[in-house]
Amino acid sequence: MMRFMLLFSRQGKLRLQKWYTAAAERDRKKMVRELMQVVLARKPKMCSFLEWRDLKIVYKRYASLYFCCAVEEQDNELVTLEVIHRFVELLDKYFGSVCELDIIFNFEKAYFILDEFLMGGEIQDTSKKSVLKAIEQADLLQEEDESPRSVLEEMGLA
Amino acid sequence: MALKKVKGSIDRIFDKNLQDLVRGIRNHKDDEAKYISTCIDEIKQELKQENISVKANAVCKLTYLQMLGYDISWAAFNIVEVMSSSKFTYKRMGYLAASQSFHDGTDVIMLTTNQIRKDLNSPNQYDTGVALTGLSCFVTPDLSRDLANDIMTLMSHTKPYIRKKAVLIMYKVFLKYPESLRPAFPRLKEKLDDPDPGVQSAAVNVICELARRNPKNYLSLAPLFFKLMTSSTNNWVLIKIIKLFGALTPLEPRLGKKLIEPLTNLIHSTSAMSLLYECVNTVIAGRTVSGSSGLCVGLSVCASLCVRLCFSLSPSVKYLGLLAMSKILKTHPKSVQSHKDLILQCLDDKDESIRLRALDLLYGMVSKKNLMEIVKKLMLHVDKAEGTTYRDELLTKIIDICSQSNYQYITNFEWYISILVELTRLEGTRHGHLIASQMLDVAVRVKAIRGFAVSQMALLLDSAPLLSGNMQRKGICEVLYAAAWICGEFSEYLEDPVQTLEAMLRPKVSTLPGHIQAVYVQNAAKLFAAVLRNGQQGSQEGAAVQETIQLLTDQLPIFVQSADLEVQERASCFLQLVKYIQKLQQKDVDVGEEVTALFAGELNPVAPKAQKKVPVPEGLDLDAWINDPPSEPESEDEKSKSAFAEEEPQQPRQRHREVDEKELARRREERKQEQANNPFYIKGSTPAPKGYQDTMGVEHIPVVQIDLSVPLKVPGMATSDKYVKIEEERRKRDRAEKGKKKEKKKKREKRSRGDRRNESGPESEEDIRPAQTVDIVTEEMPENALPSDDEDRDPNDPYREAVVATSKSTTEEPADPGQGSDTEDAVSSFPLRCFPDVLLGPLGVTARDLPAMHFMPQKSSKHKKKKQKKEKEEKEKKKKKQHRVPNQEEEESVQNGTVEEEEDPLPVCDVQGNLQDSSRVVVSVIFENKSSSFLKSMEFNVLDSLNAKLQRPEGAGPHDSLSVPFQLPPGVSNEARFVFSVQSIVMPQKLKGTLTFIVKSDDGSSHEKLDFKLHFTCTSYLTTTPCYSDAYAKLLESADMKGSSARLQGVGLPFQHLLAKICFHHHFSVVEKINSCASLYSRSIQGHHICLLVKYTDQTVTIDAKCDESSLLGNLLDEIKLTFSQS
Repeated sequence: MMRFMLLFSRQGKLRLQKWYTAAAERDRKKMVRELMQVVLARKPKMCSFLEWRDLKIVYKRYASLYFCCAVEEQDNELVTLEVIHRFVELLDKYFGSVCELDIIFNFEKAYFILDEFLMGGEIQDTSKKSVLKAIEQADLLQEEDESPRSVLEEMGLA
Repeated sequence: MALKKVKGSIDRIFDKNLQDLVRGIRNHKDDEAKYISTCIDEIKQELKQENISVKANAVCKLTYLQMLGYDISWAAFNIVEVMSSSKFTYKRMGYLAASQSFHDGTDVIMLTTNQIRKDLNSPNQYDTGVALTGLSCFVTPDLSRDLANDIMTLMSHTKPYIRKKAVLIMYKVFLKYPESLRPAFPRLKEKLDDPDPGVQSAAVNVICELARRNPKNYLSLAPLFFKLMTSSTNNWVLIKIIKLFGALTPLEPRLGKKLIEPLTNLIHSTSAMSLLYECVNTVIAGRTVSGSSGLCVGLSVCASLCVRLCFSLSPSVKYLGLLAMSKILKTHPKSVQSHKDLILQCLDDKDESIRLRALDLLYGMVSKKNLMEIVKKLMLHVDKAEGTTYRDELLTKIIDICSQSNYQYITNFEWYISILVELTRLEGTRHGHLIASQMLDVAVRVKAIRGFAVSQMALLLDSAPLLSGNMQRKGICEVLYAAAWICGEFSEYLEDPVQTLEAMLRPKVSTLPGHIQAVYVQNAAKLFAAVLRNGQQGSQEGAAVQETIQLLTDQLPIFVQSADLEVQERASCFLQLVKYIQKLQQKDVDVGEEVTALFAGELNPVAPKAQKKVPVPEGLDLDAWINDPPSEPESEDEKSKSAFAEEEPQQPRQRHREVDEKELARRREERKQEQANNPFYIKGSTPAPKGYQDTMGVEHIPVVQIDLSVPLKVPGMATSDKYVKIEEERRKRDRAEKGKKKEKKKKREKRSRGDRRNESGPESEEDIRPAQTVDIVTEEMPENALPSDDEDRDPNDPYREAVVATSKSTTEEPADPGQGSDTEDAVSSFPLRCFPDVLLGPLGVTARDLPAMHFMPQKSSKHKKKKQKKEKEEKEKKKKKQHRVPNQEEEESVQNGTVEEEEDPLPVCDVQGNLQDSSRVVVSVIFENKSSSFLKSMEFNVLDSLNAKLQRPEGAGPHDSLSVPFQLPPGVSNEARFVFSVQSIVMPQKLKGTLTFIVKSDDGSSHEKLDFKLHFTCTSYLTTTPCYSDAYAKLLESADMKGSSARLQGVGLPFQHLLAKICFHHHFSVVEKINSCASLYSRSIQGHHICLLVKYTDQTVTIDAKCDESSLLGNLLDEIKLTFSQS
């Protein structure tokens, strides 16, 4: 099971964090800080895995963003790499060649995508298509939600 | 679009949206904190408004800030408000915020239960989906309990979107609220066949995770998963299933055999590296237990695969290859050892993770033959390594590799010592103490090496001032501690003790840490003794003695002024001694002998288990306070003292383990404090040592520290490289000699062994002869140690004594006819034994057999069963006291048409009386399932008698049964312990009991019942206690001992065996034995003394017995008679 997933920039700014096990806020911050240091210190040609505390860390860098997952001892590192890659593909499809700024300004969307892909640290759906479909439909619902309100508000203004 | 624009601008009129916040933060890079605090103030205002859209916007911004590390727990209630909005947009935002910021400690979670339930049951699937997603992050035990049913219903929702989410979240619910697993599992199992692949894979995920935690319970699903594995084409799912099998194969060896074909097929056909890797892992997991028959083929495939992975260009794959290899290495070192070169190559990799993995592998690959080569290579790396962490890792690995399994692979200890000495040249390592302890260990335990070790250590001490400048700060100076001790302790090997003494008394030494100085002073004293001893031999040495005395009187005052109390104390003692000796010398008194006697006696290593084996002397209560418990502040110190006995007994090197500086300082501080507060303690205005210092001002003498960055080579010190060559030559010589002698024979031998050995080293492991006759000093055991064979078992494991236990010739109880009257063939008797009792006193463990408890299971009358009884004779293990004995197996088949092997938890039990608690007996029962069905819900109940009661948890009624805390898959055995309280122990008794359980087989489950009897014999209350003859005599004289006697006729055993039998079965110990007459002693858990006098003439044994409790004695004698009448 995946314990948590972090996205952070090369400058060490956290862009997204998702925890699948409960941990006190203080511990989380400490872990994030520590882990970012370790990962950022690694050179580009090094392997994507490292052992850290009792966890296995799998990370991969896409452009300026590091995607970093902590998994348990028995988990398969290569699958975790695939999960990361799949998530990146999903973001890419959704935003249309995604960049760091997309994730910064639409961080809630990024979370929604992640939540449709993974749940409780397990892969929810292995099909890219069905994940994207779920997101699109939920977005549609959201817009339906919004449009009547803005009409009303416009009316009110008028 | 136009509408949206208008809406956006309206929003912006009132407040910032998320985009503004992000932009704002980016624009205020310099004063981010200040900007954010104003933003948070704004958000607080927004949250106070009624409008839900404003609130949702505020919560959205808060979620972003939370990610940046700001605390938003104060807004938890507002988040709940937003969650409960009816609009999907806000609800989604609210749940996201909750999932990011809520945790078990958030108290508003309690308020959400109903809202979440409403959302779960919402007609809109996305509402439900959002609620499930959120819940998966912050689910608490309370929420799990309250919502488990709702989620379970959702598992059969019409929409696969909901089903898969519900299935996944069930795992979280199981973790938080385990009771939900049982009712939910059938439905979860159903989902494995769900038409939607997403739901199916979710179910596989969940079951795989569950099975990993507790594989036993999921063995029955193996066929189902096997089908899935052969039919599925989804790699994600395949990986999970294969992982699941990896957890199951260790429990079911047959599975391994079955898996091998599909797995090898996958390995050969798949292009997905992740799947390949998972297959390899599972093959290795199965291999670890299934022995040679299991996944034999698979393993060779795997090993070669791993090698292929290691050659990969991708560092990640290489890493995994090494990782998998280390797993293979654990069980099958041979298949990896041949790739030594490949692994050594990986040590040169740029990536530290890969290098560390390779290092791990090396540990398992060394042999006598390649140790030197590997270590040499590692030493090169030590020199090259840039990072200190990696270098420290290398250093510890070198020491680990060399010292593993009691220095098994070291053939030349001179070489090892020189490696250690070379390692001391490392700068900045933290592992000085590790090197030091190795030096001490080797010098103490390998007698042959002491001369060489001493000469090296003397050189090290000599060059210490050069090094200590660097050493001091970095912890490597710890080795000086070892060096000084070795030189002192084994001073007879020193060529020039005076020179070493000089080296040890240089003023520079006073800059070393206190505990090292203390050792210096102490060992200087030993060296002085050595000098005096030599001094007796001639006049020239006499002069040397004078010089030495002069040197000591000159130099020791430096240490007397030391700030470290230990150093100060030792130095002043020593100084006084020297002065006194000086006086005696002037009077021409020969003192050499006496001074040497101060340090006489050899230190021998003590086996780690030695302390435990010392029997507790009679009448010694280890738990009693010697003095009254101390008051508050000292309690901590006291604790550490009493814990001392339980810790591993001391070994010589542990004696030198560095005392924690902080702890010392703290204690010192405490003591000072105490003294200051004590009106009866006379305080000086200034501490004495400081006064000295002020006058001498040693502290103020500037000491120039030489900082050398180049590693120093000290002339005269051995280099390890030299040994590699010497060793090679030596081996070559050896080989040549041997070759001449038995050339032919060897060739034949080698051919038969197969030519697996690589050509560079044609000699086999066993042929390598150690260079020195290395006697690793065997560890000492106390003289009266109690032998036992549990050496390797975990001493903390309360079950360790309760091995399936039975004694070779225990009394076999006849079947109880009353109980089994309506069963077909009544009862089989179970000659069972109980096992050694463990007294977990703080000091020693007396492990002895405490047996004679009979366990007689009886068939229930519900089924007609046939029984077969097999007796397995087991050999008594050599040298071991425990006897494993006829272990009876019972197999029954139910006659209901199908030939079905019915189970029977085969119980074996064990009574453990405890001396510390005279009214309590622990009965350990081993349940073994001999059938092919699954047994669960076992409940153990015993009908209490007035005298003996099963202890039940508080609140339970006197007839309630205790549930056995495990389930039994076919062929598995497990042990449960039950505590009985016993009032009187003078009578044997039988307790009736029943075991109820559910038998689960493929075609349903049924309730079963098994009756049994627990037989508490008087013998089981006795504990073997040693007794000395004088105490024994006194005991016999005392008035309140009542006598009784028994006579056994026709005993064909030799007297020795007879005694052994009584001792073994009835827990006696022999006090004295003269010809064919012996006195024996034992004691009950309630403190009754039992004395026996056994005489043996012409196959007739008379036993005169005395005990302070006559009925106990009578019963005991009956039991003894029974033992002999049955044999």
